[in-house]
Amino acid sequence: MALTVLYFARLRETLGVAREEIALTPQVSSVAMLLDHLRGRGGDWQAALAPSQPFRVAVNQDMANVATALRDGDEVALFPPVTGG
Amino acid sequence: MTVRVQEADFDLSSEIAAMRRGRPEIGAIAAFIGLVRDVNAGEAVAELMLEHYPAMTQKALEAIVAQTKQQWKLDAVRVIHRVGRLRPSDQIVLVAVAGSHRGEAFQACEFIMDYLKTQAPFWKQEQTPAGTRWVEARASDALAAERWKKT
Repeated sequence: MALTVLYFARLRETLGVAREEIALTPQVSSVAMLLDHLRGRGGDWQAALAPSQPFRVAVNQDMANVATALRDGDEVALFPPVTGG
Repeated sequence: MTVRVQEADFDLSSEIAAMRRGRPEIGAIAAFIGLVRDVNAGEAVAELMLEHYPAMTQKALEAIVAQTKQQWKLDAVRVIHRVGRLRPSDQIVLVAVAGSHRGEAFQACEFIMDYLKTQAPFWKQEQTPAGTRWVEARASDALAAERWKKT
């Protein structure tokens, strides 16, 4: 199970990464499970991606949520609430 | 439907002219332009940096326009959003909607802006005398988008 994970705006700055390729076991089949994996890195990851934080998630460029299923090759983006317009 | 994400500025008159050309059935056009203000949350703003998620931005804006066209009968819709470095008084966004009558044009224009504010992946970073800061999302924007679901 290979995913591309993108980070934007303040989240990218806090975590110090804009893009990474992550190889995971096939058991990681939802956004919630990916988030658990990322929080497992501890420190800023645990704090910035805590369930109480108001970040958003997109899967393959569509707005998604923690229940969204993930498949091999998906592009997942994590970012703060949007502030365009 | 025309959706553009660009660094360059835009000209309202030329955009409206392009929408209207050869379309005598259009009876009403409503347009909104968002501008960079020189102050936000009590601090002077010298510059604004607009970041976006390039692969998603166009798709998200097109989805909002498609949703709008399902709710109102419209003749033309044009959305232009700028990215990159902007200064106070610069234009940020244009939403222009053409229909037979003003009712749908006004409503659809406001609907697109309300959804753009909460669904399109743009983020503003401001330069102030105190340093650089990310603009916080407003709860009022989420509420503005939410109210369309009640009808």
